[in-house]
Amino acid sequence: MIAVLAVKGVLAYWWQICSLLFLISYQQLCEAEVKKRYLNGVVKNGAAPVLLELANEVDYAPSLMARIILERFLQEHEETPPSKSVINSMLRDPSQIPDGVLANQVYQCIVNDCCYGPLVDCIKHAIGHEHEVLLRDLLLEKNLSFLDEDQLRAKGYDKTPDFILQVPVVMLCPLAVEGHIIHWIESKASFGDECSHHAYLHDQFWSYWNRFGPGLVIYWYGFIQELDCNRERGILLKACFPTDIVTLCHSTA
Amino acid sequence: MAAVLESLLREEVSVAAAVRWIARSTQSSEDSPGEAAVLNSLRPLRKEFVPFLLNFLREQSSRVLPQGPPTPAKAPGASAALPGRPGGPPRGGRGPRSQLFPATETPSTAAEAPLTRRGGRRRGLGPARERGGRAPGVPEEGVVGDSLSWAGGRRLRGSGSPSSPSLTLSDPPNLSNLEEFPPVGSVPPGPAGRTKPSRRINPTPVSEERSLSKPKICFTSPPISCVPSSQPSTLDTSPWGLGLPPGCRSLQEEREMLRKERSKQLQQSPTPACPTPELGSSLPSRTGSLTAEPADPSRVSSPQRLELVALVYSSCIAENLVPNLFLELFFVLQLLTARRMVAAKNSDLELSQGALDSLESPLFQSIHDCVFFAVQVLERQFQVLSSLDKGTLKLLAENERLLCFSPALQGRLRAAYEGSVAKVSLAMPPSAQAVSFQPETDNRANFSSDRAFHTFKKQRDVFYEVLREWEDRHEEPGWDFEKGLGSRIRAMMGQLSAACSHSHFVRLFQKQLLQMCQSPGGTGGTVLGEAPDVLSMLGADKLGRLRRLQERLLAPQSSGGPCPPPTFPGCQGFFRDFILSASSFQFNQHLMDSLSLKIRELNGLALPQHEPGDEDGESDVDWQGERRQFAVVLLSLRLLAKFLGFVAFLPYRGPEPPPTRELQDSILALRSQVPPVLDVRALLQQGLRARRAVLTVPWLVEFLSFADHIVPLLDYYRSIFTLLLHVHRSLVLSQDNEGEMCFLNKLLLLAVLGWLFQIPTVPEDLFFLEECQVDAFEVDIAASEHGLDSVPVVDQQLLYTCCPYIGELRKLLASWVSGSSGRSGGFVRKITPTTTTGLGAQPPQTSQGLQAQLAQAFFHNQPPSLRRTVEFVAERIGSNCVKHIKATLVADLVRQAESLLQEHRVTQGQEGGDPAQLLEILCSQLCPHGTQALTQGREFCQRKSPGAVRALLPEETPAAVLSSAENIAVGLATDKACAWLSANITALIRREVKAAVSRTLRAQGPEPAARGERRGCSRACEHHAPLPSHLISEIKDVLSLAAGPRDPDEGVSPEHLEQLLGQLGQTLRCRQFLCPPAEQHLAKCSVELASLLVADQIPVLGPPPQHRLERGQARRLLHMLLSLWKDDFQGPVPLQLLLSPRNVGLLADTRPREWDLLLFLLRELVEKGLMGRMEIEACLGSLHKAQWPGDFSEELATLFNLFLAEPHMPEPQRRACELVQPNRGTVLAQS
Repeated sequence: MIAVLAVKGVLAYWWQICSLLFLISYQQLCEAEVKKRYLNGVVKNGAAPVLLELANEVDYAPSLMARIILERFLQEHEETPPSKSVINSMLRDPSQIPDGVLANQVYQCIVNDCCYGPLVDCIKHAIGHEHEVLLRDLLLEKNLSFLDEDQLRAKGYDKTPDFILQVPVVMLCPLAVEGHIIHWIESKASFGDECSHHAYLHDQFWSYWNRFGPGLVIYWYGFIQELDCNRERGILLKACFPTDIVTLCHSTA
Repeated sequence: MAAVLESLLREEVSVAAAVRWIARSTQSSEDSPGEAAVLNSLRPLRKEFVPFLLNFLREQSSRVLPQGPPTPAKAPGASAALPGRPGGPPRGGRGPRSQLFPATETPSTAAEAPLTRRGGRRRGLGPARERGGRAPGVPEEGVVGDSLSWAGGRRLRGSGSPSSPSLTLSDPPNLSNLEEFPPVGSVPPGPAGRTKPSRRINPTPVSEERSLSKPKICFTSPPISCVPSSQPSTLDTSPWGLGLPPGCRSLQEEREMLRKERSKQLQQSPTPACPTPELGSSLPSRTGSLTAEPADPSRVSSPQRLELVALVYSSCIAENLVPNLFLELFFVLQLLTARRMVAAKNSDLELSQGALDSLESPLFQSIHDCVFFAVQVLERQFQVLSSLDKGTLKLLAENERLLCFSPALQGRLRAAYEGSVAKVSLAMPPSAQAVSFQPETDNRANFSSDRAFHTFKKQRDVFYEVLREWEDRHEEPGWDFEKGLGSRIRAMMGQLSAACSHSHFVRLFQKQLLQMCQSPGGTGGTVLGEAPDVLSMLGADKLGRLRRLQERLLAPQSSGGPCPPPTFPGCQGFFRDFILSASSFQFNQHLMDSLSLKIRELNGLALPQHEPGDEDGESDVDWQGERRQFAVVLLSLRLLAKFLGFVAFLPYRGPEPPPTRELQDSILALRSQVPPVLDVRALLQQGLRARRAVLTVPWLVEFLSFADHIVPLLDYYRSIFTLLLHVHRSLVLSQDNEGEMCFLNKLLLLAVLGWLFQIPTVPEDLFFLEECQVDAFEVDIAASEHGLDSVPVVDQQLLYTCCPYIGELRKLLASWVSGSSGRSGGFVRKITPTTTTGLGAQPPQTSQGLQAQLAQAFFHNQPPSLRRTVEFVAERIGSNCVKHIKATLVADLVRQAESLLQEHRVTQGQEGGDPAQLLEILCSQLCPHGTQALTQGREFCQRKSPGAVRALLPEETPAAVLSSAENIAVGLATDKACAWLSANITALIRREVKAAVSRTLRAQGPEPAARGERRGCSRACEHHAPLPSHLISEIKDVLSLAAGPRDPDEGVSPEHLEQLLGQLGQTLRCRQFLCPPAEQHLAKCSVELASLLVADQIPVLGPPPQHRLERGQARRLLHMLLSLWKDDFQGPVPLQLLLSPRNVGLLADTRPREWDLLLFLLRELVEKGLMGRMEIEACLGSLHKAQWPGDFSEELATLFNLFLAEPHMPEPQRRACELVQPNRGTVLAQS
């Protein structure tokens, strides 16, 4: 769950950048111009991919283009700025859009967008969840008892990593002198690039450290090695579930 | 003063009598009449004897230790006031105390310096005023000289002295000896603002120099006016200075003489009489690599005299008449390790030959004298020495001078070293570890509003962000806390609006402080039930050692001399700077409240008072634990008190005392009204009464060390100081009576108190002048016969941790061995052990009454571990009992509440009603059940406690004892649990029910039944189904192809579609990786797929004429979808979308339009119970409202009618036949 929320966080970040970029090109293109071209195109052929082509022309994510045009449309028709939830819900289900042609155009944008939009969000979410499940299975397999996000939330934790280990473990590293203690594990079904990692550090990882001590982040799709620079501090990066884990032994002696 | 010493030297008075006389003003019957007479005549001087003696020794040694390591700061006032004290050792930047010794000095006379210096310290309470000699405002010059320089020749007579009424300013101060030392700098002599060219600086804080116009009197050194006139001879004779013709006092001449003298000395002592490793040419240089001059016992100039002085001196030390024991030891060790004597002049030597029995000759005429004296004193301080750490003992035992002068002492020291187990470990500074989040105190329920909760969440993160940045950067040169972090901290503090948030933040701050800075010695021990350090349990000790080594190599090496100012080493610096940067009144107030509370709590903590085990190892283990617990509590207390003192006195602190008396008086009047932040006096008195001084005094000292200049003048605090002085005096180390305080306990108190008396803000005269008032605060110590004080709770580790400056002794000795000068750094490091431990809960309060008394009595004769076990079990079981009730009774009630809520909703309809009202109804029904909690709780305690007690007690515990222990544990646990339950059960039930209600209401909002039976597939499932993300992605591809734009040759094969639906079925059945949002999207996508199928909008791969899906294939696919919707989807499927204008509109684009698939689909939906007829009719009805092309509307109307015409009770057989008819749709379209 958190993976998705985080994805959303990053998305929000991207939204900002993209909106800015868009604004520049959008303004260059002139708002009236875009609208005119959209209307012209639609009038000529309602089935033609007008909005999608427009988005490609200004090098902008189709689903974001759709969102902005939809916003304009609703603004003109309802005279009050539409709420975010209304827009989101229309993007999720374009049949709610009052204008049939626009609905089709928006739908086309959304199914053709490979990076953003509700469908892609869902795919990302699903991938995140799948990896959490994978991780959960691995933890169960290793007999490590943990609290998952839902349990943590029920207890009223303000920040919830994917898993908190009820008994910490030590991860040994082949070249390091000593092991690293792990109290919590966060699964990230994405590639750890600099931008997203820093956002995660700020929004999630350090917050976990602040509450639960050192922990492990698994970037299932790899990460930039240089980002793994907080090991000593207590944030460890791995691309898979660590193999050499030492658990607390209940000595029988 | 000198008279007393003279009398001693002349053996008119015995040493014992003299010390008795000094310590107790009254005469003792042991004194002989002759002694009494002599001493009586000197009576007014009694108080001034000790400071005089100390100053005398410092001054005498000034030739020996010109380049020694930093010597006593302000104690024996002379150490500062004396000409010849080294001002040179690097002291810069060591904090306030080091400012006592600035390099600048008014140059005119050496005698003036002490005058001006003292000026800053007088507060109108000093001896001058008492003697009626001085009124404030008298010009400094020509008043009272406090130079004690007996040999210095700068005698000033105070008019107030009864025995010497005439005030004579002696002839120009003798600076000649000043010049014996080569100049430090080459500052030309000038009228003002010059630096003295010599090392003989009278260190004075610059800030205080001109601050007061009151008479200046050195705190430890009385004005010379006190010297009785009966000793005129000493006034004018000086071992150096006066012996020289005035003419030869220029620097050049002095140097010349020095050189001669040195060569003479070298000739005189060509061979050492005892083995000394350091031999060879010795060009005295002050850069620290001096070769030591050999010391020879046979060449001591006047052993008897030295012995006598040493005896007096030792007796003063033993009687705690000196302010700081360790400072004196440091001084003595300096004498022991003096490398070289600066030569005296011929005339001095000659003169002294004739007057060995008086004080006219210098006491230390050679290194031999110094070493002899030092060894004499050390012999008498063996007891203290032997309890130093092993490292120091080793260095002492290996000191060749010591061996040479007193083989007996060396032998004892060696034996002590061999028997010593007092290894003081240098542990690494702890790395930051965050305070863990505890739901009990940190979750939403503990905050007034969501906003406060989330603000605090952010603040926690900002706090640690700041902490991490500090850790990374505070050692970078040029990095500044305020510049780097100040604004961020203030912005964060600004968000703390509610008082409740402040208290949360302060709790976090305080916990983090304790976690990072509290330093219990040893490694990885469990203290007070805290979780042990995992690494150490895993045996990562070696790794820890490596890291420690690294730390040691990296860390700075000096701890600031034998009397460092109060500082915030290491991580403490962060917290101090944080407080300063935050500069938030609210924060400081909350912090003080919190610190005070915690101090009270810890100070009152019942620490086990258990004698160390003498016979068996088992109790020894307990004993170790108890010692450690004491150490943890003590160190925590010291840390908290230090910060409390810092924050409490922060608003009043300034670099200098108030400049005028008037101002001071008005400040005093103002401040005396302010109640103390914590009633430390009461706590101290309690501590003394309960014989817990060993716990209370060390933290009190930390607290007071941050007092500002005014504090010691306030009546309240003055009485505390008086009390502390009294305590100090009473801690005579040599007395070891039964029931008295243990030796190391005493040593700890002496060390911390001695340190406190050296703090610049503590008035110098306090120590020597307060004694008369002590009686007023006499505490009835005898009240409690057995307290913590008599338990040996302090060990060397704790002693050195609390007083790292004791380590300076070792540093000094080590620098002797290494041949490097002490001031080049040394290698003794601060001890900052690591384990992060918090303090557990206080032992439970036992219930009152007879039973409790009996229980107490029962424990009295049992081993303390029994009591701890029982209390522990009771505490835990009581707490578990509450949790048990929560998990059983309350959880049941919550379930009841949920079902009641369901019923309510059924009867009242979906809307239900006002949630608050609902809650009231539920609570009124359920809360009465809370009464069961007490009975259930009792049962639980009864059931669980005995087993736990049995498991924890040794097996040989007698049956009767065991059963009593069990019963007590049951009783205590029940008391605890029931007390809590009866007070809180109703509130608890209410809270839980409320949470459940809001949960239920929320859950029934957008996503009903979402949480129901989902999760988990059949047991046999191996989870090989395709991943949901993969499927969504695949379906999305199909949808995007269908929606276009696409190339003409793009498309999907029917087989692929079939395969996709098959996979979807697998995934839905497996569910291992399926999450609700994914399922929702899959459902939606499947509906869209169906719409596309119905509208024949899916481009199919194949030769051009065949771009459309065959009807049969389409139907098959629709069947698959229908069964997926019916059987496999667990969440809701948005089937109504099939009839949304947009999806139906897809049909409008197809030519010719074929409606049969839609009709088929609708019928199947109804048949499978996926949609009701009414629902479909409603959807179809609403379709009419949309704008359609004319013909399409007509066809739609036909479809509507056709659907309506269907019989309500479906007959599958018949319709199946109908559906197979391929041309149905065409027919329909044509009709």
